[in-house]
Amino acid sequence: MINGKIDFAKIVDTESQEFPEIKVLNEAGEIIAPELDPQLTDEQLVALLSKMVFARTLDQRSTALNRQGRLGFYAPTAGHEASQVASEYAMDPGDFILPRYRDVPELVLHGLPLAKAFLWSRGHQMGNEYPDEFRALPPQIIIGAQYVQAAGIALGLKKRGRKQVAYAYTGDGGTSQGDFYEGINFAGHFKAPAIFVIENNGFAISVPRAEQTAAKTLAQKAVAAGIPGVVVDGMDALAVYQVMASAREWAIAGNGPVLIETLTYRYGPHTLSGDDPKRYRTPEMDQLWLSRDPLIRMRKYLTAKGLWSEEKENQLIDQYKAEIKAAIDEADQAPKQQVSDFLKNTYDVQPQNIQEQLQKFEQREAN
Amino acid sequence: MAQKTMIQAITDAMAVELANDDNVLVFGEDVGKNGGVFRATEGLQAKFGEDRVFDTPLAESGIGGLSIGLALEGFRPVPEIQFFGFILETMDSIGGQMARMRYRMGNTRQMPITIRAPFGGGVHTPEMHSDNFEGLITSFPGIRVVVPSNPYDAKGLLISAIRSNDPVMYLEHMKLYRSFRDEVPDGEYTVPLDQANVTRSGRDVTIVTYGAMVREATKAADELAKANIEAEVIDLRTIAPLDMKTIIASVEKTGRVVVVQEAQRQAGVGNQVISEISQRAILNLQAPIGFVAAPDTPFPFGQAETAWLPNANDIIAEVKKTVNF
Ligand SMILES: Cc1ncc(C[n+]2csc(CCOP(=O)(O)OP(=O)(O)O)c2C)c(N)n1
Ligand SMILES: [Mg+2]
Repeated sequence: MINGKIDFAKIVDTESQEFPEIKVLNEAGEIIAPELDPQLTDEQLVALLSKMVFARTLDQRSTALNRQGRLGFYAPTAGHEASQVASEYAMDPGDFILPRYRDVPELVLHGLPLAKAFLWSRGHQMGNEYPDEFRALPPQIIIGAQYVQAAGIALGLKKRGRKQVAYAYTGDGGTSQGDFYEGINFAGHFKAPAIFVIENNGFAISVPRAEQTAAKTLAQKAVAAGIPGVVVDGMDALAVYQVMASAREWAIAGNGPVLIETLTYRYGPHTLSGDDPKRYRTPEMDQLWLSRDPLIRMRKYLTAKGLWSEEKENQLIDQYKAEIKAAIDEADQAPKQQVSDFLKNTYDVQPQNIQEQLQKFEQREAN
Repeated sequence: MAQKTMIQAITDAMAVELANDDNVLVFGEDVGKNGGVFRATEGLQAKFGEDRVFDTPLAESGIGGLSIGLALEGFRPVPEIQFFGFILETMDSIGGQMARMRYRMGNTRQMPITIRAPFGGGVHTPEMHSDNFEGLITSFPGIRVVVPSNPYDAKGLLISAIRSNDPVMYLEHMKLYRSFRDEVPDGEYTVPLDQANVTRSGRDVTIVTYGAMVREATKAADELAKANIEAEVIDLRTIAPLDMKTIIASVEKTGRVVVVQEAQRQAGVGNQVISEISQRAILNLQAPIGFVAAPDTPFPFGQAETAWLPNANDIIAEVKKTVNF
């Protein structure tokens, strides 16, 4: 061998050293890293767990409504409550959220009226008509698109001197898209205040995380973009809150973006449109993750502090169910979707083809 | 012979070609163990192994580039793009690279790639899943675009596509996947690329269409026959390049044409067909060419999808207008 003097094995080992998983609250509901405890007030702790219970209730009701034919497209969220709710809870209402299709809970907690979320699911344009002051885009279907857009929003915020961030969600599969790399790289280059969340639930539909990339962690993809990357226990609401709140501070201080990988799991199918997880997951795997459930450990922690009880939770669930019912009833009241609505919403100033077609459809719809 | 749905015919075609030629590779998102989100590749990995049928990471641009590279190494890639709306992620691979590879390398290299993708309206998907973007691909010289309208053609066309040394975009209308069955011969047979099919003959008017609209046109023709209007229906099957000979022969016979597409008026291939007919047979026409297409908005939100999509009634109205001109 003439060359062979470069120790590639060592290089790849150094490059891909495990990123430590940040944990604060263990499965028994005990604080195991007091130095990382976000030290939320009692009121905040109750609010956080309540919102997680809301997300779980919404998931159960949405699944039932879908089965009854009262909801359209739905991507289950159970298992993601710490990752989704605590990450949203650490943000400010003025921050700009860029969700993917699975991020309806964050979007609703950020301020989207639930009835609109249901209309979106049903494929009604009104579900995406957002008030000017609502800092959000509708759930993104094209995997990765939100990542590049987040860089743009964050740069805009920076240019305007606003002390706010853009935060975008994708999944483990989403990190394979070119847009993912371009988004984190652009935000890094412009030192734009963006927070990129990867909800690593282990699967992209049926494809396991290990088959997406040879990289050991997804967070380490931050290294090539020259930005911080963090792995956090995505079943631990306090750890997720800590990481997100810290990332927000860092970004707003002008240091640029952060990439956060939350380790989580989706208990249900990919969507309710025919996916069967039994084809690609084992019951043992499901059991392992169920034992890490984000609600159970928060309940234990809050109960020990005297802040939570089963009775209180049941009351909350009843209240949320009533809210969900009211929202679905409200969605039922939405005016019938018309093709003329689409035609009116395609251009600012209507060109001739639209004018002609509008006339035709308005006539048709009047009959 | 067996009665098969279109999706079964498609799976069958891939199985035939995987068995026929070791260079055929099937890959894409969720196509392996999961058998594809529509189960189009169901059982293929188990039968042909993970070397031949495999999942890729989630990146369509990657799938496009991978196909090009594998083709240069002598393979015949059959990648799946999970939904045709995601084709926009692969546009450079298709339009900028594979469609022009033969041309830019002076016919010394070829791209025997068949990209499969489900598309088309009527199944109420979330946005960007059903879009009729086929017209975009037809504008790239060097790639063939195929849209089967029934299980028999689906299998024969897919086998031809996989054997073709040119890249082929093979579009599978989701509404047709399981809506009806056809006699589909076992084993291998081909349906030629670039040949339209006269699926119904008639003397009064020619309806030119493709994909799911072939069914609507046939429904319309049945209805029109009751009013003593005999429509000839032409299923394009390959929408680029076009088989103008078949179309012109029919137009010369009937003297009247209605072109039908599911895509928006400004998209699809209807305008191309109309332009060619105008140039070649305008003096044979007894009435202006009719055109049925969807309105010029992005693909509709599900709630008004049915009202947005063209249907048999629209075709009947347009044919009557043409016949009564
Ligand atoms: C560009 C693009 N390609 C493919 C899809 C189809 N698709 C929808 S979700 C999904 C898997 C996503 O997995 P992941 O990123 O891990 O997110 P998760 O659904 O697990 O939350 C795929 C392949 C899509 N929506 N967009
Ligand atoms: Mg995932």
